[in-house]
Amino acid sequence: MALEQAPSIGPDRDDAATVVLAGDWTIRSLEPDLKNLRTALSRTAPTTRWQLDGITRLDSFGAILLWRAWGRTWPDRLSLGEAHRSVIEDVANSSAVSLPRPAPYRLGDMTAAIGAGLIGLFTHFLDLVRLVGQLWLDVLYLFRHPADIPFKEISANLFKMGVKAMPVAALVGFLIGVVLSYLSALQLQAFGADIFIVDILGLGIIRELGPVLVSILVAGRSGSAMTAQLGVMRVTEEIDALSAMGISRTLRLVLPKVIALSVAMPLLVLWTSGMALFGGMLAAWVQMDLSMLFFIDALPRAVPIANLYIGLTKGLVFGLLIALIACHFGLRVRPNTESLSANTTAAVVVSITVVILADAVFAIATRSIGLPI
Amino acid sequence: MSGVPIIELDGIVTRFGRTTVHDGLSLTVNAGEMVSLMGGSGSGKTTLLRHIIGLTRPQAGSVILFGEPLFSGSIREQRARRRRFGVLFQQGALFSALNVAENIGFPLRELGLARRDELRDVVAQKMAMVELEPEHAILMPAELSGGMIKRVALARALALEPELLLLDEPTAGLDPDRSASFVELIRELQARLSLTVVLVTHDVDTLAALSTKIAVLADRKIVSYATLKQTITVDHPFIQRFFGGKQGQRALAAHSGDVN
Repeated sequence: MALEQAPSIGPDRDDAATVVLAGDWTIRSLEPDLKNLRTALSRTAPTTRWQLDGITRLDSFGAILLWRAWGRTWPDRLSLGEAHRSVIEDVANSSAVSLPRPAPYRLGDMTAAIGAGLIGLFTHFLDLVRLVGQLWLDVLYLFRHPADIPFKEISANLFKMGVKAMPVAALVGFLIGVVLSYLSALQLQAFGADIFIVDILGLGIIRELGPVLVSILVAGRSGSAMTAQLGVMRVTEEIDALSAMGISRTLRLVLPKVIALSVAMPLLVLWTSGMALFGGMLAAWVQMDLSMLFFIDALPRAVPIANLYIGLTKGLVFGLLIALIACHFGLRVRPNTESLSANTTAAVVVSITVVILADAVFAIATRSIGLPI
Repeated sequence: MSGVPIIELDGIVTRFGRTTVHDGLSLTVNAGEMVSLMGGSGSGKTTLLRHIIGLTRPQAGSVILFGEPLFSGSIREQRARRRRFGVLFQQGALFSALNVAENIGFPLRELGLARRDELRDVVAQKMAMVELEPEHAILMPAELSGGMIKRVALARALALEPELLLLDEPTAGLDPDRSASFVELIRELQARLSLTVVLVTHDVDTLAALSTKIAVLADRKIVSYATLKQTITVDHPFIQRFFGGKQGQRALAAHSGDVN
């Protein structure tokens, strides 16, 4: 292969109206000095005589540069080798056809986008209802055919979403407990009301903070994983393969996740709340010299047991919601990367929002239960 | 054309865990050749191709492209070297978030060389070259058929005017008719752009129609590296089995006119 020759452009020595091009006019050779060559090309007069015999190599990028410099027509006076002429002819032919462009954005599109968004919201709701209905049918079916219960999937999911989440849940719970206790202690000491630390921590963590904290953790950790898994299975047609074998995708893929998370969440709430209380207890001991034994002794008196039940119920409901929403978005993934990322994001955002909404509903519904006053 | 070989593989050793895939494998590809890598499943054809692309590195041995080791020089030089070859992946590997025109224009736009209108011309030219209709420009990869995906991927691989074209199973998943026309297209482009082509295939028709030379991978080495006509006479169990079958015989008979 011959060595590369730098492209050059310049007027002929004898005739100023002639432009001589030489060297390699390929994308690689043009790259270093493209700007100057481009200006030199644009400066040529329309009546210029083009002397192109000196060009050693010409690729379509070089041809496009020339073709544009000529104003998309063949110059009247042109001297060019036959092989290179065909390259330019090729470009000339293809640049004559116009590529369709994506339609530009208009005001009407905005209206359409809003409408589509509303309809989209409606289809989301419809899909979710359909999913829940299908899950009910699956549950009824399993009551009649207990042999088909996907125990293995349930236990695998339980391990993946419950057991494996324990370390991070414990760490987060413990630290939040320490922080909460430390901050409250500063305030309480100012009033000499040290003893109420038990009420604050007990009520706050068991009833509110524990379930919500775990939900947010689980939505980010397991919810996104569920959506991504179902989404990729959709992309790789694994879900279609299941359907083709006559295996219900909700029964095999969705139901085990929903059941597993509904079981795992209350347990995780218990675990995390326990760790948070432990952290709070530790901080109260260090900060206010409140003995741990006293803390444990005072806890049942300060916090009625109903709060624990509320916390655990919240865990169950939140788990159910997170799993349903994550699976719903996972099944909506279309086979491209953009859709996968959009749906995974939406799954996490929507499930956290819905959990907080549900928490508000819980707060109103249980306002007369379990409060000591 | 003479001078330095386009690809020089020397003493390549590849191991996956305990299995050795290549053991001291060497191969040289000269400019203008169309070399088919052929071999049974798991013989390491695609792995070898990935070594050439630089996606994986062999445990031992050297990969030399255009006379320079693949991973030599500054990052800028390495990048420039990578632009001299185009790759057609088995599934096309089109960017699913971009439409056809954006996919084809992507390498050039990334380079920052072409202006917007020039880019349009490049895309139009490449689409015409791989025989795609202009109205396909705004389709998304998910809307394309298997044959069209291959064509778009080929256009993208050619966007930077490479000297070397690497094809991984170019006709896998295409029906015989589309497969034949795609092979014809590659052959035409090879002649027109004076490309050097290395392809991995196990399709006898593709093999017979495209390759000037066939490298047979077996027993962790290249056991034969010759033209089709010479290759079929090589006494190796894999080669005999491969060409001895009904399909092999039929393909050979169909292409006997092309074999010199």
